[in-house]
Amino acid sequence: MPYLLVLPVVAVMGTILGYPIYSLVRLSLQRYGLPELVQHKGVYIGLHNFGLVLHDAVFWHTLFRTIVFTVANVGLTMGLGILLALLLIRVSTWVRILLTAGLVLVWSMPQVVAVQVWNWITNYQNGVLNYVLTELHLGNYFQHNWYGTTFSQLSIVTALIVWGALPFVAITVYAALSQVPRELVEAADIDGARSVRLFFDVTLPIIRPVLLILTSLSILWDFGVFTQPFLLIGQPHIGPSNYLMGVYLYEEGYLKTDFGRGAAISILMLVIVAAMSVVYVRRMVRIGDAE
Amino acid sequence: MNGRTARKTLWNVVGLVLFVVMIFPVFWMISTAFKADDQINSLTPTWFPLHPTLAHFGDAIHKPFFWNDVENSVIVVAVTVAVAMTLAFLAAVALAKYRFTGRKLFIVLMIGIQMLPGAGLIIPLYVVLARYHQVNVLSGVIITYLTFALPFSVWTLRGFILGIPKDLEEAAMVDGSSRLGAFVRILLPLVAPGLVATSVFAFITSWNEYIFARTLLNDQSKQTITVWLSYFLGTSRHTDWGALMAASTLTVIPVVIFFLLVQRRIAFGLTAGAVRG
Repeated sequence: MPYLLVLPVVAVMGTILGYPIYSLVRLSLQRYGLPELVQHKGVYIGLHNFGLVLHDAVFWHTLFRTIVFTVANVGLTMGLGILLALLLIRVSTWVRILLTAGLVLVWSMPQVVAVQVWNWITNYQNGVLNYVLTELHLGNYFQHNWYGTTFSQLSIVTALIVWGALPFVAITVYAALSQVPRELVEAADIDGARSVRLFFDVTLPIIRPVLLILTSLSILWDFGVFTQPFLLIGQPHIGPSNYLMGVYLYEEGYLKTDFGRGAAISILMLVIVAAMSVVYVRRMVRIGDAE
Repeated sequence: MNGRTARKTLWNVVGLVLFVVMIFPVFWMISTAFKADDQINSLTPTWFPLHPTLAHFGDAIHKPFFWNDVENSVIVVAVTVAVAMTLAFLAAVALAKYRFTGRKLFIVLMIGIQMLPGAGLIIPLYVVLARYHQVNVLSGVIITYLTFALPFSVWTLRGFILGIPKDLEEAAMVDGSSRLGAFVRILLPLVAPGLVATSVFAFITSWNEYIFARTLLNDQSKQTITVWLSYFLGTSRHTDWGALMAASTLTVIPVVIFFLLVQRRIAFGLTAGAVRG
């Protein structure tokens, strides 16, 4: 009986995911370009694709850039998310309701829409960001181009990603914090030094499992990110100097129709991600098993 | 007591400032959508459109392929949700109510699959779907979306089914119904809220999805609304920000409505059980 119930899902996942994963491995060992796509038949070339990728300086630069990018994004998302959650506890109820409503609204924004709105806000001609920064006397940002350097491009992408991810992290951490005994939270309000120590001694251990899962999820999402950098930096300005892994894979494997090499890149990416997500998967399995 | 009130006021001010910062992009999108062109293109921004115009909405929906691509999105989303819910419900019942060999492996796969970065699967999915002539047709995208909708739905629904008291189900069985009969008569109505929450999540992810729709659908007449929106900027030298923001606002509306209804459940699903330690 249970097998009968699971069968449809297994069948669907097997055909539409198992088979592609199998073919991902096979593709990575083949020369598979446009002519092969038309004939539906690749040419076996062993580990040649992996050799190509691993000897490509662009791959290593991209990997390094992506790791730095991931650390920065996850660090900012988690750090600000926790602070935001702690703030949610301390504000008056009406502020909390307002702030939560705002967060949920931001959370619900589709990535593509968010990118277009940020494009408009940061556009160099009359983007409102340049106007506000200039008006606040933070420098002269008149017609400042935010997409001039790789660092600036990726900083804007980071701001967009952190902005989009904060609501989920803050609201989830807030939910976890509600398990911390109320007296402790209120006691923590009395003086600053004690409140910091209380946070690390009492609060942190209670919310640690949630933080662990949120961090793992953030690492996975940020490492493989595609939509935001690809659309915000924009096709004509995308290149080896600002690739992140997701974009690199799309440009080198799909756009250049070098599917064999793309498959090799995918596998390397999946291996790195799998190594990073072991903690998360193990924890979730334990939860699923305990019940 | 006074210091305490002062501190609360300070936190409230910080909270309100953060609210303004976080909400600003959303506000700016809606505000721009209603502004006249000269206000949009001016170097000094107009914060509130005091004389709102609907012109940009008219422009947006009359652009080529807008309705066509909205229709595509609706078809893709509806089919994905319907199929995913049916299959996921069956599997979730099995996971929640039976112990069987391979159960653990199944859980590992369900969770592991969600960990795969979407970008990593573009290449093999494209090649495999091309072989079966599923590129540039909606069915190819629907099949792809199922791979993402199913694991999440199974996992979340399982949580809802576990929440149902065992006595209820046993009571139904004592009544003489078969186990399956008990499921249908007792479980289904109780799980209905869970089904709604899960389908809304599946709805949102499919409606918002971008990278697979972009790679699998090439014709403008076949694309989904997110892909349509992503090509908006590239169409001319002078960007029509008003129409772009109007189109963005229209795309967001269904998502926001559904999202507000179920955001708590989604947070629950993604961190299932973790909160309870």
